[in-house]
Amino acid sequence: MAERIDARGLSCPQPVVLTQKAIKSGLPEFEVLVDSEVSRENVTRCLENNKMIVETSSEGDTYVIVAKKN
Amino acid sequence: MKNFFSSRWGIIVTGAVIGSIAVTLQQLGNPANMGICVACFERDIAGALGFHRADVVQYIRPEIPAFVLGSFIISLFTKEYQPRAGSSTIIRFFLGVFAMIGALVFLGCPWRALLRLSGGDWNALTGIAGLITGISAGVLFLKNGFSLGRNYKLKKGAGWIFPAFMVALLVMLLFKFRVSDTGPLFFSAKGPGSQYTPVLISLAAGLIIGAIAQRSRFCTMGSLRDIILARDFHLASGILAMVVFATALNLVYGQFNPGFDGQPVAHTAHLWNFAGMALSGLSFALAGGCPGRQLILSGEGDSDSAVFVVGMIVGAGVSHNFLLASSSAGPGAFGPAAVIIGIVFCLIIGITMREKVN
Repeated sequence: MAERIDARGLSCPQPVVLTQKAIKSGLPEFEVLVDSEVSRENVTRCLENNKMIVETSSEGDTYVIVAKKN
Repeated sequence: MKNFFSSRWGIIVTGAVIGSIAVTLQQLGNPANMGICVACFERDIAGALGFHRADVVQYIRPEIPAFVLGSFIISLFTKEYQPRAGSSTIIRFFLGVFAMIGALVFLGCPWRALLRLSGGDWNALTGIAGLITGISAGVLFLKNGFSLGRNYKLKKGAGWIFPAFMVALLVMLLFKFRVSDTGPLFFSAKGPGSQYTPVLISLAAGLIIGAIAQRSRFCTMGSLRDIILARDFHLASGILAMVVFATALNLVYGQFNPGFDGQPVAHTAHLWNFAGMALSGLSFALAGGCPGRQLILSGEGDSDSAVFVVGMIVGAGVSHNFLLASSSAGPGAFGPAAVIIGIVFCLIIGITMREKVN
């Protein structure tokens, strides 16, 4: 199972900082959990700027953002 | 539904609209290079309520409630209204206090810094340099695991309180409410507090800005932070558009007066313009948003941001009562000392509020 980063309830820009750390650590695939539309947009933009493939689904209040290396 | 305003063009349109509306509000009566200033307007509200007695800066600025209510209404429609709270509340309160102290040493929030620049007030440049310095320090803390902790979702009924307080301010303004002949509300007879755009125009302008800023997540602090943190220029394109449109319209209206000396509601003490904004920038970075953004988040139901705003209003009272706020003559008697205390406070928060980094 891919590494999970739980960024729910964290205010801007911490979800992005955690996402950046995951990208830098070279993980081929990981999931980021966020619970606001703003965080979903910010994390998605950060991943796309880093040329990752992004897939998002929602589970209740939580967005699950799956990131894969291109 | 795809959110147009979260796109690159969306943020550019938002910045252009905010810049255009701001200088137009100035043309219609708001103070010079202060078409919109979140810090100054909150300070005027604090004065109107009698939290300070600086008689030139007292007025219930309807733009502030309108930003919150614009965000509140649009977020109800788009289902982004989500009451939440519980992330280091008292720290956020004092970050708000010190953010205001810094802003009133410089004489403006980041929005006004950009508007001052757009009006040709070159003193804004040292302020913006300070802002960048403060935000850079904040980014350093963030990279090292700084966190004020998670918030928690609350029931839907928990988020209306701050918007209701804003409605109360508007009602008091519309009825020019007064406790007695000598007591609040206070309205300036002279100075910046006596200069304002007709209420309904300010209200409409504020509601529009509140709504599009909510949709686009417009944030001046965030734009600089994202460049430093992630080389992300998304939000920055919005503030660039704001400066371009504000400058162009200032030229059209004849409001562009380049220079350092004699600028309206400004001073030339470069060191303290720099240091004041550095303190504010660091406070905003640690709290996660510029003053405008905090109002928008408050409207969405974020109690932590609402507490930051209340901190700023209290900070305005402190600034004027304790002679911290600057005037056109320069910094107040104790302004520089307060800026240093504020920076020390922020550094302690930045260093101590760290989560373990794996």
